[in-house]
Amino acid sequence: MTGRRDDGQVFALSGGVTSQYFSRMPSAAPSSAIAVPPVVEAVGLARAFGGRRAVDGVDLSIMPGECLALFGPNGAGKTTLLRLLAGLLAPTSGTCRVGGLALKTGRAVRAEVGLISHASMLYGALTARENVEFAARMYGVRDAAGAARRALGQMRVADRAEAPVRALSRGLQQRVSIARAIVHEPRLLLCDEPYTGLDESGSAALTAALAERRAHGAALLLVTHNLGEGLALATHAAIMRRGRLVRHEERSALDPAAYASAYRELVTTDA
Amino acid sequence: MRELPGLATAAWLVARKDLAIEFRTRTAFFSAIVFALLGLTIFYFAWDATAVAAIDLAPGVLWVIFTFSGLLGLQRSFGVEQADRAMDALLAAPVDREAIYLGKALANVLFVAGVQAISLPALALFYNVPLGGVWLPLAGVAFLAAIGIVAVGTLFSAMAVNTKLAELLLPMLALPFFVPIVTAAAQTTARLLAGRPAAEAWPWLRILLGFDLVFVVACAIAFPYTLEE
Repeated sequence: MTGRRDDGQVFALSGGVTSQYFSRMPSAAPSSAIAVPPVVEAVGLARAFGGRRAVDGVDLSIMPGECLALFGPNGAGKTTLLRLLAGLLAPTSGTCRVGGLALKTGRAVRAEVGLISHASMLYGALTARENVEFAARMYGVRDAAGAARRALGQMRVADRAEAPVRALSRGLQQRVSIARAIVHEPRLLLCDEPYTGLDESGSAALTAALAERRAHGAALLLVTHNLGEGLALATHAAIMRRGRLVRHEERSALDPAAYASAYRELVTTDA
Repeated sequence: MRELPGLATAAWLVARKDLAIEFRTRTAFFSAIVFALLGLTIFYFAWDATAVAAIDLAPGVLWVIFTFSGLLGLQRSFGVEQADRAMDALLAAPVDREAIYLGKALANVLFVAGVQAISLPALALFYNVPLGGVWLPLAGVAFLAAIGIVAVGTLFSAMAVNTKLAELLLPMLALPFFVPIVTAAAQTTARLLAGRPAAEAWPWLRILLGFDLVFVVACAIAFPYTLEE
């Protein structure tokens, strides 16, 4: 993994290197330890809305099977970063590659990305099955019906497959939304507060689904305010503040209590 | 195994999804039908049969009704994508933006054609206009006009949906562009209902076809730009 600090210094976390907080590894650090290309690689990614830079020169890469938990206060630019990586927003500057292809190349890249948001992104008048099948067909899944059935089963909501989404509770809608996002087995899964509204069973199903995607070599970017939730899943953790990655390190290298304390301090400073 | 859908397949998927939603809710369709029938009724009671012949009044009434009832369907077109940010999922999907536009437009054309299919016989009934031998060419003209109206309306619906005044903005943006289509359609309708030779209607029909072609192509090209934040 690589990241860029507030001062623009690039640092790398890869191939078993135990990185220290703010380790000063130059951008040209040997990358021979990385045998396979990253699933997602952003370089100098920036997005401005008017004069405000919501994302300001973010460098990051996530390898297959890795999970980057991204924390940050409200307005830090986390969701904007996710929308950039999903191809929903065009960057003001910088580049992003998914599976080695530039994001701006369009369809082929978007086919590799799954997006989970706190908004369900579902059609209330359609049933859960119809929503997930529609997504499967839009992603060109050959056996859309079978894939939808599996995804709904994985999220433990198969018994409500024929219910209109508007008749489901918020938690069940979120499960269907997650099924929609994973039905095409994406290589990059972008999750924006995915645990919102989920009960214990739903959370367990989501955690299992994310683990299953990682086991198949998918990369995960998990945006959350909940440190415990994020660190439980993550192989790497990063903190975003004012559009920049200010911390970016391996999960194994950090002490959760100290991390939580540092995070609180950052958030308090921002407020 | 995956094979990304092409333009036509993706457009059909979007259209089918929109029609399924409308079939389930039926809110916009019934609103449009009720609006059309109420409009016909009001025009009927406001009509002085001794001053204006039914055959002269009918084309104008018909196209006023078609235009405004069509707007009701167009309002709904991107409204269904707004709830729970379904539009994000649509835009994140590996399909061309033009396919989304064409799919939405196809669903809207079928919506407007459905409203026309009920309004046209209702007009014949209210105004005692004999449709006999002209119903087929009249249906053809109505369908061609529906294509033009929907081509423009779908684009502006996408533009207006994110604004606070979407319901006001869509008619304000779209109606000026409807003028050439509605004019050509109303003139063709008048000639058909009056039993005039087909050659008299042909110049208006050519204008209608020309605007359809221009609007469909231009709006499909412009559509992706309306989605950029």
